[in-house]
Amino acid sequence: MVGPSGAGKTTLLELVCGIQSPDVGSVAAQPAVLMPQRDQLLPWLCAVDNAALALRIAGIARAQARAQASAAFAELGLEGFERAMPWELSSGMRQRVAFARTLLAGKPVLCLDEPFGALDAITRAEAQRWLAEALLREPRTVLLVTHDVEEAFVLADRVAVLCARPGYVIAELDVKLARPRSRTDPELVALRERALAALATGMSAHGASEAPASARD
Amino acid sequence: MPATERAAYALKRAAPPLAVIAVLVGAWEVYADTGTTNRLFLPAAHSVAAALWNNAGLIASNLATTAEEVGLGLGLALAIGLVCALVIHLAPLARQALYPLAIGSQAIPVAVIAPLLVFWWGFGLLPKLFVIVLICFFPVVVTTVDGLAAVDPDQLKLLGTLGASRWQAFRFAELPAALPAALSGARIAVAVGLIGAVIAEISTAGTSSGLGHLIELDLNDLTAAQTQVAWAATIVLFAFAIVCFYTLGLGARRLAPWADHSSRVPS
Repeated sequence: MVGPSGAGKTTLLELVCGIQSPDVGSVAAQPAVLMPQRDQLLPWLCAVDNAALALRIAGIARAQARAQASAAFAELGLEGFERAMPWELSSGMRQRVAFARTLLAGKPVLCLDEPFGALDAITRAEAQRWLAEALLREPRTVLLVTHDVEEAFVLADRVAVLCARPGYVIAELDVKLARPRSRTDPELVALRERALAALATGMSAHGASEAPASARD
Repeated sequence: MPATERAAYALKRAAPPLAVIAVLVGAWEVYADTGTTNRLFLPAAHSVAAALWNNAGLIASNLATTAEEVGLGLGLALAIGLVCALVIHLAPLARQALYPLAIGSQAIPVAVIAPLLVFWWGFGLLPKLFVIVLICFFPVVVTTVDGLAAVDPDQLKLLGTLGASRWQAFRFAELPAALPAALSGARIAVAVGLIGAVIAEISTAGTSSGLGHLIELDLNDLTAAQTQVAWAATIVLFAFAIVCFYTLGLGARRLAPWADHSSRVPS
């Protein structure tokens, strides 16, 4: 899902995850787990214990939870950093630990809220690569929210373009490109332009100038 | 860090307070030498130093008594303070019921009621422990209650999305989040707990050892001309407070290393 701030992207994810309940209507989704915008690693737990948090909450003993999380660490290229404390990790690594935590929650649907929003361009490209690889190994339904239209087309099978106030889907684009995808692929570029055009239409239709500052994106 | 580097660092850290102490002791020595105050009431710094040296064994054994009282009292105060803080945090009704009492307890004139405690509980350790615990538990309660309330709501939300129960949210987020604050409370408590121990020793008659007892003994009997020993004991108390405070600080770093990194890691 791509869309401007205030389109209700985070709200939508929280509805799917059951953190909020809708005022009207209903959400039909498999059990989902949220990876919040900030990585939210707990500073008193080492990296592997952060990743194993959902397992511990499910009642699995620490040693066994750690073993399971360590396996996920290896697959995400985090081996050797199991016992590192969160403040010792780079932002890209923290994001990987947060993703491992989300994955290990064992839910069929993953809701990723701008997971790479705070990363620099190089770290972000790398993050997109490991995310794509991880999902190839362990397929899940992923609902990804991003500001970055290009990121949406590099990663997604289907891109929903949202428009703000009122938030609604202004365009839905299927992405039938083979993986791994190149961001310079002409087909991907063409799709990206269509999405950007849809976003621009949505903005002008509702008057970008009257859009107030939103409390959250 | 290599040993020499560490020593250099320690020296650098110790230099400013040592300089201040040197100036204060110098001023004291000069003032005492002017003779404006009777030597009995204000012995010169050098005679206090001499008294400290000559009575080292006596002062050390009394320090041991006081240290034991403070150690026990602080341990009890921590246990009681933490339990109170948890109850206040978890039950709003308990907060309304207990918090005002905890605050009011700090206005109890301990020096006045301590002699009464002796009538209730005899001359043993108990009345003294009561005074120390009464003084020490309060900073622990206040800092821990605030620490428990200051947990990042986003962390609680995350635990909620992972299906955590109330107990698990407490165990994985609130408790560790509050630990640095509780340890700060313990550091305040140990500093005020020493004066609590001294007050307890002075005001519970029948005490036969402890630095407070020693100070009172030497100040009350001016004919013995031992006031410099009282002063020496006070200096030892002063140094002991500093040592306790920093030792607990080191312990806190060990127990809660994340507190030094709490400034949100670049996200």
